[in-house]
Amino acid sequence: MLNGIDDEEKWLAEGIAGIQHNAFYMHQALDSNNLREALKYSAQMLSELRTSKLSPHKYYELYMRAFDELRKLEMFFKEDSKHGVSVIDLYELVQHAGNILPRLYLLCTVGSVYIKSKEAPAKEVLKDLVEMCRGVQHPIRGLFLRSYLAQISRDKLPDIGSEYEGDADTVMDAVEFVLQNFTEMNKLWVQMQHQGPGRFREKQEKERSELRDLVGKNLHVLSQIEGVDLGIYKETVLTRVLEQVVNCKDDLAQYYLMDCIIQVFPDEYHLQTLETLLGACPQLQVIEAQVDMPAVGAITLYVSLLTFTLCVHPDRLDYVDQVLGACVKKLYNIPKLEDSRAMKQVVALLSAPLEKYNDIVTALTLSNYPRVMDHLDNGTNKVMAMVIIQSIMKNNTFISTAHKVEVLFELIKGLIKDKDGADVDELDEEDFKDEQNSVARLIHMLYNDEPEEMLKIICIVRKHTMAGGPKRLPFTVPSLVFSALRLVWRLQGQEGDIVGEEVPATPKKIFQLLTQIIEALSAVPSPELALRLYLQCAEAANGCDLELVAYEFFTQAFVLYEEEIADSKAQVTAIHLIIGTLQRMNVFGVENRDTMTHKTTGYSARLLKKPDQCRAVYACSHLFWVDDQDGIKDGERVLLCLKRALRIANAAQQMANVARGSSGPVILFVEILNKYLYFFEKGNQQITGAAIQDLIELINTEMQSDSATPDTASDAFLASTLRYIQFQKQKGGVMGEKFEAIKF
Amino acid sequence: MNYLVGAFKPPCNVFISFADGRSRKQVPLKKENGKTVMVALFQSQENIVGEVVIEPIHGKKVEHNGVKIELLGQIELYFDRGNFYDFTSLVRELDIPGELYERKTYPFEFSTVEMPYESYNGVNVRLRYILKVTISRNFVSNIVECQDFVVRNYTPPPSINNSIKMEVGIEDCLHIEFEYSKSKYHLKDVIIGKIYFLLVRIKLKNMELEIRRRESTGSGPNTYVETETLAKFELMDGAAVRGESIPIRLFLSPYELTPTYRNINNKFSVKYYLNLVLVDEEDRRYFKQQEITMYRLLEAS
Repeated sequence: MLNGIDDEEKWLAEGIAGIQHNAFYMHQALDSNNLREALKYSAQMLSELRTSKLSPHKYYELYMRAFDELRKLEMFFKEDSKHGVSVIDLYELVQHAGNILPRLYLLCTVGSVYIKSKEAPAKEVLKDLVEMCRGVQHPIRGLFLRSYLAQISRDKLPDIGSEYEGDADTVMDAVEFVLQNFTEMNKLWVQMQHQGPGRFREKQEKERSELRDLVGKNLHVLSQIEGVDLGIYKETVLTRVLEQVVNCKDDLAQYYLMDCIIQVFPDEYHLQTLETLLGACPQLQVIEAQVDMPAVGAITLYVSLLTFTLCVHPDRLDYVDQVLGACVKKLYNIPKLEDSRAMKQVVALLSAPLEKYNDIVTALTLSNYPRVMDHLDNGTNKVMAMVIIQSIMKNNTFISTAHKVEVLFELIKGLIKDKDGADVDELDEEDFKDEQNSVARLIHMLYNDEPEEMLKIICIVRKHTMAGGPKRLPFTVPSLVFSALRLVWRLQGQEGDIVGEEVPATPKKIFQLLTQIIEALSAVPSPELALRLYLQCAEAANGCDLELVAYEFFTQAFVLYEEEIADSKAQVTAIHLIIGTLQRMNVFGVENRDTMTHKTTGYSARLLKKPDQCRAVYACSHLFWVDDQDGIKDGERVLLCLKRALRIANAAQQMANVARGSSGPVILFVEILNKYLYFFEKGNQQITGAAIQDLIELINTEMQSDSATPDTASDAFLASTLRYIQFQKQKGGVMGEKFEAIKF
Repeated sequence: MNYLVGAFKPPCNVFISFADGRSRKQVPLKKENGKTVMVALFQSQENIVGEVVIEPIHGKKVEHNGVKIELLGQIELYFDRGNFYDFTSLVRELDIPGELYERKTYPFEFSTVEMPYESYNGVNVRLRYILKVTISRNFVSNIVECQDFVVRNYTPPPSINNSIKMEVGIEDCLHIEFEYSKSKYHLKDVIIGKIYFLLVRIKLKNMELEIRRRESTGSGPNTYVETETLAKFELMDGAAVRGESIPIRLFLSPYELTPTYRNINNKFSVKYYLNLVLVDEEDRRYFKQQEITMYRLLEAS
């Protein structure tokens, strides 16, 4: 290998020496105006370029030497007074050279003078030159020759505004010329890979890379032609260039040239021709040749393109959509991507617009967006859906129309419902929770100030979430319910303003909807949650003054309680919720309220454990005493409740005695004492200081009994309760006097 | 001393000149001694008019049996050197027997001389035209003076001039189709053409076009064929791939060509061929030879 490099250096040195030697005699001939000798020595000099021994890099060095010398020769050719031969004759004369490479270098050099002389139309000369250069098919030599042609012709193209433009020479001729030279150069460049033995493939690739700019230069020249407007670009330039790019079936070339096209031409052009540009992509070798990893390359390409589009024309969503559309077309043949790398690329593709716009709403207007998502596998689809949701959350974006919501749900449907035949077993519980919590959060971002639209949104969300199945509903329904309730509260505030008969969004309607929604949840079954939501709705209905609706919700809650909630702990929780909610209800008439309270106290007393019973019952006491102006204040029934609680507490003590031989903690009594004190303070006439006094004594007795279990919590609770009484006494005033009645 | 020298010198100088010698076109002619001289150019059917001047060397008398001038068209085959075959021979008597004392001028004229063949200097054959003045003498050798001139005959452009188009190849290796725009070329013509590569399975290195001249002399068992390559013109550097077409443009003017001569007086013929040669990386040569007809186009004066 080392030898190879040494040899190359040697060959290069020999080549340079050859050029210098002949250039010396050429200079002499030029100085003495001897055309014949000048041609002879220049041809010999150029023969050094016929070498096959040099790598492109070294060959370039040699070429540059010759190039400099040719400039001097060109100067000489220009001065026909010195050599006495017309440029037309000169053009023939140089073609007498027997070796093709020197011949063509000389022809190009004279051609340059010929065009400048304007003795023939520029296009004729250019056409002849580009055609004649076909004779050199050796890739490296051909590339350099044609690059020389490109170089000398650059300032002589019949471009618009150029001095070489004329009736016969139009910008199309200039384009035609450059395109042809480009095409031939690319062919040569691609051909390079077939030269020499295959084991040097790596080296070849490297050498080819070194030469790529010679090819790309043509595209740059094209882009510099003033006369290439969008029309010409679209109809001629791009079509032809792409044709070449596609047909050359070489991935290195395709990769480089596509990049080149995008780099050198104005972005405006690309956007106007996106369809064409993208149309070519699926035909590229990168995609076609490698059957086992087809999608990655293609999609990577689309990602770059999209990123590019986003940067350049963020305001042109249609372009972005086009890119996605093209990608969909490409993916059309692959129902589901299997390749994880491809998948990553698709995620990148889809994430790009989100990152750019920081706004999912924009992405929602892209019609092809969901179509691309369809091509993801379930896992990736979910990942992507999560990306979308996170984007919404991060940017605090509200999705404000029903249509957008619809599209959004289409996008994230992977999270919303199970796909057919999806493997549910494999789901990671934690991930699933994360996902569903995200969806729940998302529901709160769907918002519109217009009740009517908001209702539509709710209906859409409902439609989608209802399909979610038993595992999802517990996550999504609460959000939906609260979202709906929020609307209810808003309507409630506006109630006075609503005029007209056909108001689509009325609380009543929403409540109907809610009933159905929660029903679904209870059927799942998730009765505890459903019960809570019913109660929540009942409270909202209360706010709207809808007694029957509220009643219905309560009924539902009770039904659930009776039929579905069997667990005793759940029952305790449920009953307390019911009590709490019912307490705040003020919409019920006496009869309905009685029914409710009756039921509630009944359930309370039927709880399994005595302490639970006791607590529920004393809590029920609040049902009869609402500390509002118009609130119910039924002191007698409060007392009844409390007494009943005491009885149960007693029973609990006895049960403890029987069961364990020691009495239970007196904490229940202390708790009841507190209730007593509360109502006493609130002015319930039925609660007397004497009664409280008795209770305290009872507690003390219990605590001092032999069988009492020492319980610091109860002691502390009692102590602080007593301290409170003491405190109230000392405070004086009306309350102080009241408390004076309690003696202990 | 002087006398002695004079004894072996011809007693007179003979000059042959053409009437329009100053205006007539002169062309180079390579003589046997290798020197190139400029001589007058004629074509068939021209009148060859001039004068012969005989100038006796001072103080000498030239006795003669008559003076004549001959116009000879000769073919000389080199394997038979020294034997000239005269295909044209015209004679004009210039003087009856007598004595010459002083410079004398004899005008001569050959009218509309038929000179069907062109002057030609080949490898094995030469065709030449000369004017030969002979002063016949008794007992001593005749005084002979020759003047070469060149004949070139011009042809109008052929009315039919088909292109040469041919597909050739080696099965499953190489298939090409070449096309030369014409089959008949004048001497300053340009060969325009194209080579299409239909199938390339060998590693080509380059391709060239040769112009070959085939001169055959003699006849029967004594036929000598000499082929010269007059031009080697590289058409392609490197290997074309399938589908590629390579242009041909070969200017003929730099080469010393003659028209095609077919059967010149049963003595010789000169034919031209285009030989397309493809060379592969192992220097194997694949070629196809095609005859072309060369003609001399009357140049616009």
